[in-house]
This record gives sequence, structure tokens and C-alpha cells, in this order.
Amino acid sequence: MLKKKDDTLKKVLFRLRRYWAALIMSLILATLNVAISLYIPVLVGQAIDHMVGPGSVDMAAVGQILLLVAVCIGAAALFQWLMSIMNDWVTYRVTKDIRDEAFRHIQALPLSYLDAHPHGDLVSRVVSDVDTFADGLLMGSNQLFTGVMTILGTLILMLSICWQIALVVVVLTPLSLLVANFIGKKTFSMFRLQTQTRGEQTAVINETIGNLKVVKAFGHENASMAQFDEVNDRLEKCSLRAIFFSSLVNPTTRFVYSLVYAGVALVGALMVIGGGVFTIGNLTSFLNYANQYTKPFNEISGVITELQNAMACIGRVFETIEEPIQKPDREDAKVPEVTGALRIKDLSFSYRKDRPLIRDLDLNVRPGQRVAIVGPTGCGKTTFINLLMRFYEPDGGQILLDGVDTQDIPRGALRHSVGMVLQDTWLRSGTIRQNIAMGRPDASDDEVINAAMQAHAHSFIKRLPNGYDTMIGETGVELSQGQKQLLCIARVMLCLPPMLFLDEATSSIDTRTEMRIQKAFNTMMEGRTSFIVAHRLSTIQEADIILVMRSGQIVEQGDHVTLLKKNGFYAQLYKSQFAH
Amino acid sequence: MKRIMEYMKGYGKECILGPLFKLLEASFELMIPLVVAQIVDKGIVGGDTGYIVKMCLLMVLLGVVGLISAVTAQYFAAKAAVGFSTRLRSALMRKLLGMSYSQVDTLGSSTMITRMTSDVNQVQNGVNLTLRLLLRSPFVVFGAMIMAFTIDAELALIFAAVIPLLSLVVFGIMLITMPMYKRVQAKLDGVTGAVRENLSGVRVLRAFCKESEEIHSFEERTDALVSSQLSAGRVSALMNPLTYVLINLAVVLLIHQGALRVDSGVLTQGMVIALYNYMSQILVELVKMANLIITMTKAVACGDRIGAILETDTSDELRGEDGREICGAVEFRDVYAKYAGAAGESLEQISFRVEPGQTVGVIGGTGAGKTSLVNLIPRLYDASRGTVLVDGVDVQQMDVRRLRSQIGIVPQKAVLFRGTIRENLRWGRADATDQDLWEALEVAQAREVVKDKPGELDAMIEQGGSDLSGGQRQRLTIARALVRKPKILIMDDSASALDHATDAKLRMAIRDMHHRPTTFIVSQRAASVRFADMILVLDDGMLVGKGSHEELLAACPVYQEIYYSQFPREVRTDA
Repeated sequence: MLKKKDDTLKKVLFRLRRYWAALIMSLILATLNVAISLYIPVLVGQAIDHMVGPGSVDMAAVGQILLLVAVCIGAAALFQWLMSIMNDWVTYRVTKDIRDEAFRHIQALPLSYLDAHPHGDLVSRVVSDVDTFADGLLMGSNQLFTGVMTILGTLILMLSICWQIALVVVVLTPLSLLVANFIGKKTFSMFRLQTQTRGEQTAVINETIGNLKVVKAFGHENASMAQFDEVNDRLEKCSLRAIFFSSLVNPTTRFVYSLVYAGVALVGALMVIGGGVFTIGNLTSFLNYANQYTKPFNEISGVITELQNAMACIGRVFETIEEPIQKPDREDAKVPEVTGALRIKDLSFSYRKDRPLIRDLDLNVRPGQRVAIVGPTGCGKTTFINLLMRFYEPDGGQILLDGVDTQDIPRGALRHSVGMVLQDTWLRSGTIRQNIAMGRPDASDDEVINAAMQAHAHSFIKRLPNGYDTMIGETGVELSQGQKQLLCIARVMLCLPPMLFLDEATSSIDTRTEMRIQKAFNTMMEGRTSFIVAHRLSTIQEADIILVMRSGQIVEQGDHVTLLKKNGFYAQLYKSQFAH
Repeated sequence: MKRIMEYMKGYGKECILGPLFKLLEASFELMIPLVVAQIVDKGIVGGDTGYIVKMCLLMVLLGVVGLISAVTAQYFAAKAAVGFSTRLRSALMRKLLGMSYSQVDTLGSSTMITRMTSDVNQVQNGVNLTLRLLLRSPFVVFGAMIMAFTIDAELALIFAAVIPLLSLVVFGIMLITMPMYKRVQAKLDGVTGAVRENLSGVRVLRAFCKESEEIHSFEERTDALVSSQLSAGRVSALMNPLTYVLINLAVVLLIHQGALRVDSGVLTQGMVIALYNYMSQILVELVKMANLIITMTKAVACGDRIGAILETDTSDELRGEDGREICGAVEFRDVYAKYAGAAGESLEQISFRVEPGQTVGVIGGTGAGKTSLVNLIPRLYDASRGTVLVDGVDVQQMDVRRLRSQIGIVPQKAVLFRGTIRENLRWGRADATDQDLWEALEVAQAREVVKDKPGELDAMIEQGGSDLSGGQRQRLTIARALVRKPKILIMDDSASALDHATDAKLRMAIRDMHHRPTTFIVSQRAASVRFADMILVLDDGMLVGKGSHEELLAACPVYQEIYYSQFPREVRTDA
């Protein structure tokens, strides 16, 4: 656990190195600020020294000193302000860097990771955990520097009075840091548990709020509430432990100081009685300095616990950042001239090693052919696109696009050459125009409208409050499932890649509109290799190849007429359309 | 902020005892100098070693007592703060769950999530620190001022003048930065939204190779966050230097006036030193206070955001009076519906009547209003005009939860939740037995889906059911609705991902159910609604046809068009 924490610290420092100039600047400002702050009391002391008694006050000298004090005040305040700004700047920049880094990393994580991890937990890492880290870092940088500088300053002053007792203080006070460190170690794991539980809770919130309508439709509010409260109660318990135990540091270290203080008083008093150079005056000022010296220690120990929390949080972010990313594209990756010839050899794949899904799949598709994939639900159609697009990597075998293994093609180029419309319609929050132009942000308005017309989306878009500039998404206009599907089709219409994958693309569109889209699809599919997962007879009938899939295997392959004649699984499926 | 303070109720004891123990600790701390004075005056001067040792032991004792009170104070503060935020989160969740569909539509999920997480955390921090420090600092500040008055009332006026000035600065900065911190949180909403959207759309985004663009737009959002944080920070950072300047200027004034008064013999040098010491004490406390005020400002800003949610009226909490069992007769009388913020009505003048156990097909083009129509029955939305009746009673008069508990809904989007299949199915009815579940699965044609999973009903489903195919998810959501043995079953285009054979078997199975529910089948497929007792044909929000398949095929042009587009005449003849 401790090892982990040290690693985390190293990683944080590594990311801070870009800001070394600002950090040194902040350190210098802190030094100046502390030096002046310690100098002001000295000046005031001198001024007071000029007030010997009635009638004998040197007003001129006092005035001069006070003027100097005023200048010092201004300077100290300015330095302090600049230091805070500098620390803010470093903290917020570095947390931004870490957030960006985490986000960039998420872009490169394999889908298998993202599918298996609650999104709310990832959100919690990138948002809340980094936030807590920022709080800790800010507090640390603001107080740690000045604290250390104050300690050094008072130390010098103490040594100048009586180095023997000073040594006692110097040796004893770090005791408090030991105590702080001990408690810190104990609380680090509590803080980790707290952030973990927070992540878990965010996952519950994310899932419940994201699907609030389903929750309500089922009257599941109370059960969801109970589930939430269960996590919430656990969070309460572990938060209380973490916060309480970490807050023990301050009183405990303060107790150590009072021991030190009592010790100094005892030794000092005995030294005075024993006779020698040590006077009562010396003892008084010494006790004062001892006090001043321990205060920053106190603050630092407070900062240390805050930093425990920060480290526990940022550690989780680093975990995500260090998650292995998908296999990078090969250096010598080739970008073939894609004509759409697809060959699949001995392909095997499974989501879980113990449940093989696709085994020894073979397929040969010539450019421009239309392939319909049919089969009962769950037969592996969706997996097909996962593999074709390299969202997931096959366990064995090859997918060759124009003779090149897709593993050797950069993902970007591969995906650019495939247009897909999935059954899960997903649109980003933004305008309708931005959504249609997703694949080609440089498309002209005419091209966008044209694509929308081909997808038969134009007429409903026109009727929206702001037409193509209507905002959709979280707080924008809500579209029906079918309308969303039309937009997804328009999105592909605009790109016209050499290959198409339509996954039950028109399931929520009424058949009249679908017929019209079908025509547009037919034009679009002309000369393009296309795969269609469809349940509609007309789509299937027009295909060049029909793949009949069942439990991850292609059981039949051929055109409509041939397959009907064969009177096998396909014929059975076909007839069921009219069976009642 | 006021709105959220009510969740503090019940922590009164902690809120009083926490700061009180903190004061106790401060008082013990203040006694130390007195003890030292005793050591000097009696011990050293009298050369009494025993006395010195005794007094030093007393100091240790004071330290122990101080430690105990401090620990107690921290415990109460932590308990109150954590308990408060736990209740706050719970209240927020309850509130969110009570929101109506239209409120959910307008608020947006990302801001709800940041408010429940980041904002609540900030408030918790604020409460914790406030309880620990709030009483202590003013105690020391005012204590020092009173002590100053006992020394020299006239010079103490400087203290009296500087303290209001200080509060002015502190509260002024608080007022200015409060909206700035709200802006920071709003930007954080933006960051949350970006991450969520990116994760939910990961397939499409990657398919369109949007990774670098997404990174770019994310960085824009974090940039916006940083600049709002920096501008709030710039103002907040003034707090410390300004208080520092004020106090020290007061010191300059004090020394100057003090010098004059020493010169005229009113004051002694020692008194000036004492006054100066008190001023320094104030400064130390104020530095702590300034940090506290910044945390408090953030907490209040976040508290307001939370309060705003808690203050919204959640119409869905309204309960009707009628909570009886229903038979399943449904009637629409001249019903209109309109979405919040929409320009036109999404449904106009809908009237029809269904008897218990009948099957109703709802068919029509994309955006024709099919979903809007069925959503009115369980009051997911309310009609803008006209009445929806179940068993002859206006649904507005019925207890929403009671009503919904007797209706099974299969939504368009097949959503499942992280957990086992059993847990998901029990959404339908919490106390359903495994046998109930299997029966529902049988009807929903999902038996095989579950049988194929390792552990069957105990198999885990990933978030959103990403490890299932669309058709498998749909069948499970149908089973989920059937588990509650509903009196009314609404299937909102929920067989779209099913192949025709499965779709047909499903309809047969529902028809053969022992307690056959009144069933609404919303579909694009003529085949799915063809054998319904009544088919409602919608076009652009209007009911353009109502009747059996044969009647509509004879008389309703929209239905004819839909039907023949799916069953071309030649195919129909060979069927």
C-alpha cells in the first residue's frame, strides 16, 4: 500500500515537472513573503524600543520605521497574492493535464474494457477524484511552502539564542511528523475505500439517472432508492472513518508540541535556577519561538492528511491511465485501395474464454456484393461488426480486406472505409447538422441537406423549431427512436464509404418511409460491398449472398432462391414470417 | 442554501457539541501562558524545583485534556458533516426519482450527476471545516478585542474599527466569488457531460474516427473549466493579502498612536507590547478564517445548486386517491398531448375504447405519435386536454404508483441494468418466485437466452446489457414486464429486433396467457398488429383509422399503404 502511494507521488511529481519554473517562482515568493512577515515584528520591536517613557519618545525615528513597515506590508501582501495565483495556476493546469491525459487514454482503451466497466465509475474518476486531488494539491502548495519557510526562519532565530535547547526542539518536533505519517498511512487505505465507494455510487447514479424513464415506468423508484441508500450508507460509514481518523492528526501532533513545550519549560527553568548565562528573558523569548516554530508543523501535518486523500483519489485516475491500451496500429501499416473485397478465414472469437461464440468462420465476398445476414436473435450478427470494425480483436483466423489482413490496416483507415448504422442509435448532443456531418465535418450545407433528403429525414428536420440548427441531446429536443435512426442513416449517406454495415438499420422506421429509404439505400449500395442484418423479406430477397447464422456459425450460404430450394433452416425462417 | 439546511436537523447535538469542545480545547491552550507565568514567578524566582516539575506536569495534563476535547470535537464535526451529506444525497436521489418524464427531459443527466457527487462533496467539506473552526476564530478575535479594551479603551477603538472593515472584505469577496464558483461547477457539468457522452457513444465515435476530435473538444471544456477556476481563484486569493494589509496597517496606526500616548505618559511600553500581541493573535486567526471562508463560499455555491433541484416541484409525487385493482378497460376521450417546449401538439383528438383482455395494435409512421399515445396510459406524461380512463376512472385521479404497478411496459429502448438476470426480472415484481420468472421468460421467448447463460438466472448482465444482442435484450425486457402479471401490457415497438418467427411465437404466447392482459402492441410491422382485436392507425398525431385488419384494409388508405408496402400483393398470394 505504501509502495503504491510512493509511486503515485512520483507520478504526480512527474506531471508537475512541466511547471518547474512556476513552482520555483512560487517558492521564491513564499520565501520573500515569510522573510518580510518575520521582519515586520522585528521592525515593530525596534519602534517600541524607541518608546522609553513619557517625554522621551523619538517620534521621528518611530515614523521612519513605521514607513518602512508600511512598505513591507505592501510587498508581503503582493508576494502572497502572486504566490496564490501561481499555485492556482499550477494546480488547475496540472489537473487539467491529468484529466486530458485520462480522457485521451480512454479514447485508446479497448472496447472490451469500456464495455465491462461501469461508465459512472470512470466519470467519477475523471471528474470527482481529480477534483479532490486539486483541492489537496492547492492546500498543500499554499501552506507547505510558507510552512517550511517559516520553520527555517524561526529555527535560525532560535539557534541564535541558545543552541542547546534549540537542539532539543529540533530533535523533538519531527516526532509529530512521525505521528502524522503513522496516522496518514493508516488512513490512506480508508481514503481509498472512500473513493472506491464513491465511484461505485456514481455508477449507480449514472445508471439510474441515465435510464430514469425505465425506472419510473416500472415503478421501481423505491427499489432503486433502496439500492442507492445501501451504497450511500456504506459511503457514510467509510467517509466518517476516513475523515475522523485523518482529523486525528492535528490534535495528536498538537499534543506532541505541548509535550515539547512543557519539556522546554522544564529544562529551561531548571537551567535558570542552576545558574548560568540563561536568563528568564531568554526563556520567555525561547518559549515564544518554540511556539512559532511548531505552528507551521501543525499546518503541515494537516496538509499531509489532505494530501493522503488527494493521493488516494489520483491513484485511481492513474489506474485508468495505466490500463493497457488497444494494440497500436503497426508502424508499417498499409492502407489498401479499398474496393470492398472481404475474405474471412477460420475466424474464431469469444467474449469470454469459457464460452466460444464464433468458430471457424469462412466467407468470401466480392466487391459490390450485397450480403444479408439472417438468423435468430443472438446468433452473432452484432459480434460480426465488432470484429469487422476491430472494436474487438479475433482470437484466431483472419479478416482480409482487399487481400490485406485488417490487423495490418490502421484502425482509422479501416473504419473510414466502412459506414455503419447500428441498432442502438446514438447521436451526440449538438445540432442536427453537426450530427449528420459527423463523418465529414467539412461538408457544405447543401451536401448535408442532400444527405438528409436521401435518408428521408429532411421533412421532419424542417419541422423542428430551428431546423438543421436544432439542438438535440440531453437538454435539447427529444427525437423518437425512428427519427434518430433516420439521422444515423443520413450520417452515413453523407460519407458514402466503400463498404456498408447496416445492423437492423430500419427496425424503428415505418415501412412507408423505409421503402423510400430502401430506394436510397439501393443507390447507395450500388458498387459498394454491403452487409445488412435485416428481418425484412424484401431486403433479404435482393441480397446477392444470404448468410444464415446460428450460434456463431454460418449454417447456410447462398441466394434466396437456392436457399428456399434447399428447404433448410432458411426456408424454415422464411415460412415463419407468415405463420401465425 | 436555506433549503438544504433542513437536512442538518437531527445533528443539532453534534453541531453544538463539536464547536463547544473546540472552544474548550482553545481555552486550555490559552491557559498555558498563565502556567508558564507561574513557573517564572513562583518556581524560578523561589528556586522551587518541585513546583516547576509540578507545573510542567500540569501543562502535560492540560495537553491531554485538550487532546481529548479536540478529538471529541473532530468526531462530532465529521459525524455531522458526513451524516448531513449522506442525507442530502439521499434526498436528491429521492427528488430525482420523483421527477416526471418532462422534467427529466429538460434538466439533463450530467448536471444531476455532478450535483449529486462533486457538489455534495464540497458541501460536506464546508460543513466539516465550519464546525471545526467557525466558533474558534471569532472567539479569539473578539476575545482579543475585549482584552484590548481593558488595556486602553481609546486605542482599542482601532480594533473596533478594523474588525468591521475586515468583515467587509471577507464578505465582499465571498459575495463576488459565490457566482464564480457556481460557474466553475457548471463548467464541471460540461466536463462530466463530455465524458459520459464519449463513453456512451464510443462505438459510433470510433467508427467515425472521432477520437482526436473528441480529445480536442474535451480539452476545450477543461480549458474553460481552468479559466473559470483561475478567475475565481484570482479574487479568492485577495482574501489573505487584504486581511493581512488591513491588520498590519492597524498595527502601524496602533504603534504610531501608542508612541504618542507613551510620550504623553498615558501608556507604558509594556502596554503597547500587549496590544501589539493581541493584534498579532487576530492576524493568525484571520488567516485560518480566510481559508475557511473560501471553503464555505464554495460550499454555499454548491449548496445553492443542490437546493435548486430540491426546490423543483416534482409533479410525479402527487398521488391520486384511487388505489384499487384494475381490470384493464382503457378509454381515450378527446385526448390531446403536447411535450414541454414543443411547438405543436403531438396527439390530437384521440378517442377509442378497449375492453379488458383485448389486443390493440398501434401502427403509424415514424413520429406519428404512437409512443406518445401509450405513454399516457401509465401517466408517464399527462394529456394536455381530454381524459384517459382506466376502468372508467380518469387516470389523473388514480394513485400513480398503484396504477403503474398493474401495467407492464416494454419500452422502445431495451435497457437492462447491471446485476443478475434475476434482479433485472424482479423489477417487474420484487417478490416474484423463480417459477414466476421462468413462466414470464417462457412467454417472452427468452427461456433459451437465459438457459444459455452460465448460472442461468444468476448470470450477470453488464451495464446496459452490452453483453447481449439487441434481440436478447428485448426479450428479457418483455419478460420483465410480464413478471408482474400486468392487467395492461404495453409493448412499445419492442419486438423490432426479433425475427419474425420469434415475434409471432411471442404474440401467440401472450394470447394464450392465463390472465390475458389488455395488450397494446406498438409496431411498424403490419404482421405484428394484424391479428389484434382493434388496430389504431396514427398519422402525424391524428387517429386516421380504427378497426380490425379487414375493415382497415378495406377502408383506410394509410393502413393499406403500410400493409402493402410490407406484404407486396404477389407475396401475399403465395402465403
